[in-house]
Amino acid sequence: MPAPRAERLLELADDELVLGWHESEWTGIAPTLEEDVAFSSIAQNEIGHARAAYELAAADLGTDADALAFDRRPEEYRCAPLVELRLLDWAHTIARRWLYETADEVRVTALKDDPDAEVAGLAAKIDREEAYHRMHAEMWHERLRDEPRFREAVEELWPYAVALLPEKLRPELATRTGLELPSNSLLQGKGRGEHVAELAEMWDEMTMVRRSAPAGAQW
Amino acid sequence: MVAAEQVWAALDEIPDPEIPVISVVDLGVIRSVDVREGHVRIEFTPTFLGCPALETMKAAMEAKVAALGAEPEVRVIADDSWSTDKITPAGREKLRQAGFAPPAPREASAPKLVQLQANVFRCPYCGSTETRLENIFGPTPCRSLRYCESCRQPFEQFKTI
Repeated sequence: MPAPRAERLLELADDELVLGWHESEWTGIAPTLEEDVAFSSIAQNEIGHARAAYELAAADLGTDADALAFDRRPEEYRCAPLVELRLLDWAHTIARRWLYETADEVRVTALKDDPDAEVAGLAAKIDREEAYHRMHAEMWHERLRDEPRFREAVEELWPYAVALLPEKLRPELATRTGLELPSNSLLQGKGRGEHVAELAEMWDEMTMVRRSAPAGAQW
Repeated sequence: MVAAEQVWAALDEIPDPEIPVISVVDLGVIRSVDVREGHVRIEFTPTFLGCPALETMKAAMEAKVAALGAEPEVRVIADDSWSTDKITPAGREKLRQAGFAPPAPREASAPKLVQLQANVFRCPYCGSTETRLENIFGPTPCRSLRYCESCRQPFEQFKTI
């Protein structure tokens, strides 16, 4: 019995919203202007995917996309710790981009066969768009793969990427990245539903404006 | 009573908010127009789900329908049944004239980096195929940046979806 579709949609939407938010932090401070453009565009599109998935979920849950994005408590989010980490150096940021996009492709490919036609249709649309994010990630991976700082960052973040996916999809991720699946002890504290401290800090900032106005405010 | 043709004609007056040389009809994003007793239901698909112009386009369509004296219902269809192949021939020509290279045809699987680097992309200004990829991303999600080695002009390439 598959989980209710709202749950599958919220996992996807929360990952994309939180990661999009962190990627947007590079706008203006990326190492080159071209990367300022790239990160801004990727962030915008990830948040667009979150919006589309929240809207489908909201119809089932009797709420709206903004309420799902901003009115839940941090502990209610369904994102994985990989996207919650606040990464302040480029090697880690690119390592996460590459690991996330690879894991996301595995997930979205599975969702394209979802029994629910709307979920499958949305996944197919997202997959076409994510192809451009994957190109960007692959380009950087090619460039940095032999750099010690990048290799260390990949090694550090790899268990988080594995823990983002359900167990049955993990071997596929290992095949695509060419990395070995870590032991279960290395996955502790990194699984979906668990949160790292950075999420609450980010949530505080992300929802600050919305919380500053009483419920029902018209923007 | 409002006829579907009137709605299509009114929608054709709405410029794409990001690329105003082309209308939302020429852009091919209007999936259907369904008129029933003063109620007009429009289905459309944004080029990219992260399109910053989505709400603006939706509001413009609602306003056009309301101006015809009908009640609008604009629905966003977020699935893969739309592609950039739906941009009309007239729309592609308008894009090219404004300096946006129209998208390459969609293939069975999503494009790969090697295709963006190696395939033939023609400069919208001078027609040269001596162009190179500068950035997969541009000012909006639907565009990439390329550079023409012949006329030494940067230009925007519409992404294939």
